Amino acid sequence: MPVFLALQSRRVIPFWGRGAAAASSAASRRCDEELYPGSSRAQQCAQPCPSCWEVPADIISTVEFNHTGELLATGDKGGRVVIFQREQESKNQPHRRGEYNVYSTFQSHEPEFDYLKSLEIEEKINKIRWLPQQNAAYFLLSTNDKTVKLWKVSERDKRPEGYNLKDEDGRLRDPSMITVLRVPVLRPMDLMVEATPRRVFANAHTYHINSISVNSDYETYMSADDLRINLWNFEITNQSFNIVDIKPANMEELTEVITAAEFHPHHCNTFVYSSSKGTIRLCDMRAAALCDRHAKFFEEPEDPSNRSFFSEIISSISDVKFSHSGRYIMTRDYLTVKVWDLNMENRPIETYQVHDYLRSKLCSLYENDCIFDKFECVWNGSDSVIMTGSYNNFFRMFDRNTKRDVTLEASRENSKPRAILKPRKVCVGGKRRKDEISVDSLDFSKKILHTAWHPSENIIAVAATNNLYIFQDKVN
Amino acid sequence: MFLTPVVPHWPFQNMDTMFVRGLKRKCFDGEEDIEGTLAGIKAIPSYNLQRQSLLDMSLVKLQLCHMLVEPNLCRSVLIANTVRQIQEEMTQDGTWQMINTQSTGQASLDRLVSTDILCRSSRDQAEGKHVPAYGTFNKDFESDQAQDSSETMSTASSVQAPRNLQSNVWEMENPQENKGNFQKSLDQIFETLENKSPNSVEDLFSEVDNSYYDLDTMLTGMMSNTKMGHCDNLETFSTPTNTASNSNCKSDLNDLDHIVEILVES
Repeated sequence: MPVFLALQSRRVIPFWGRGAAAASSAASRRCDEELYPGSSRAQQCAQPCPSCWEVPADIISTVEFNHTGELLATGDKGGRVVIFQREQESKNQPHRRGEYNVYSTFQSHEPEFDYLKSLEIEEKINKIRWLPQQNAAYFLLSTNDKTVKLWKVSERDKRPEGYNLKDEDGRLRDPSMITVLRVPVLRPMDLMVEATPRRVFANAHTYHINSISVNSDYETYMSADDLRINLWNFEITNQSFNIVDIKPANMEELTEVITAAEFHPHHCNTFVYSSSKGTIRLCDMRAAALCDRHAKFFEEPEDPSNRSFFSEIISSISDVKFSHSGRYIMTRDYLTVKVWDLNMENRPIETYQVHDYLRSKLCSLYENDCIFDKFECVWNGSDSVIMTGSYNNFFRMFDRNTKRDVTLEASRENSKPRAILKPRKVCVGGKRRKDEISVDSLDFSKKILHTAWHPSENIIAVAATNNLYIFQDKVN
Repeated sequence: MFLTPVVPHWPFQNMDTMFVRGLKRKCFDGEEDIEGTLAGIKAIPSYNLQRQSLLDMSLVKLQLCHMLVEPNLCRSVLIANTVRQIQEEMTQDGTWQMINTQSTGQASLDRLVSTDILCRSSRDQAEGKHVPAYGTFNKDFESDQAQDSSETMSTASSVQAPRNLQSNVWEMENPQENKGNFQKSLDQIFETLENKSPNSVEDLFSEVDNSYYDLDTMLTGMMSNTKMGHCDNLETFSTPTNTASNSNCKSDLNDLDHIVEILVES
């Protein structure tokens, strides 16, 4: 298990108010200094920057590295996407590993109003998924409750100069005054990062979208809501195929919803989806157009000794992730993380307790709705370590090989740059040791729901409410 | 274990402590030594109380919703399943059936609700399922202008005083189980709930549309088109499933705009 130290932490601050159209973030590149923790407001920017003004930071709702780990995207409750890019390691400062700086910021989704139902559609970004890079531009999918958008993020560092019909300011020239024709030439300019929406996939979901997953064929992707899963082709926005539909004929018979879905990393015909009853279904799209009949059904028999009124609620799976190898799936329910072998359906091969000390507190957690929190889970690049979040800004890592686990905290105090993260411990009963924290002192408003692990290195991104923390392992 | 009027102020604080510590009970008719033996029977009232409290909490959760944004379906389904589980257990216990068979006045109320629900679900009718009085339920999802008024009528009448229904239910049980003081404690609890938080309980029922006072309508209500079958346009619009449907959506959207226009103008 790697020992982690704090790389940096960021407060996700948008540089303009809500509703701004996607624009270049040249200004944001100058303002990185503002985002370091502990800096006073007086010394925000290294240089004067009129576009820098702080608005209340929004709660981060999703975090995702791209396939190379060079980019890290975050989505927040305000519908904004902030992309960080890793600095290239320089020979001058070899000990200073690549830090992540703001690369692009744009407003992905706006709040909408459904006139038919008289309800607001939140602009909160539920998920971001990157497409593998195929040319110089980067593509990502971002989704709110109802609409998926494909964004293209590209750099522009040259611009044409010397137009014939308009002058340098863009004003049209009087054609009668033109005496000479010239060929426009490309001249270098300040690097500008543009984000443009290339596709909008709308009106296909009646219920709230909880997952999107890019297929390994890189041509299709799926979006899953509470009751249905749709398959899309990236090129076609006015049409999607429904591949799973668990909506009962009588809504009063509804007892189960879809909570997460993901494509197999290598087999483009296979995907899994999890349910609120703690089951996972693996489906093969070759079998039928509508995959209502699963090919495999993963469910662990209930432990009768632990049965309570909350058993079903805590068994509801909040996240499901394939391992990079494609051999295993990991599921997160309220108290545990489980690893399943695709070849064995009757029980998981590994179960890890995330915060079992909460088992006796389930009623309080039900009362304050914390029991419905949806925690995510992630694999590391080699599938040897898994990570998930907890309360009090704690997050947990489990090493599958050594069976060791560690609890770490994402907080300002612990995250001075280069500070090594100290393992934390929750005291369950009896005497509380000096560094331990008792269960009753846990802050349930500080929850870590979203984390991400770099695809090949030991760099992790942890979202704690409106703060993003990036940790990397100690350089040996 | 004793039962005292533990005043669980709104919302239930320290529920876990209450559960863990047990509840103090005043004199329990027919029980002499409360301290010692009869652990099983002693456990039952407090377990029942716990269960009832959980049921009440769940019902309130289902009702309390900020209608500006569509509520979370997963959460609602999980809460509803918990409620069903409790009520199934109460039915098995005999607690629920006793209530239904005894009280004539209340039974008619229950039956009224039951009938309404039975009309919608033939499966329930076939099974002869005891449909519990979902008197305190409320619509959790989007309000639906297209609600069928006849259904509104039948469910509305069952709704009058859900709280009273609940306490009456327990009162009916009283002579059978001889838990006079237990009942008093429960009444105190209910009273406390109502007094402590007039806003939450009273306003819930005053403001909300009567038609949504049962679980099924509530779950149904989220699909505005499912049950009411008002407009086929709505149906198509809400469930764009197949390949051509998205193009239908656009034309249906135009139809909808047309309808909205008409409604607004009138």
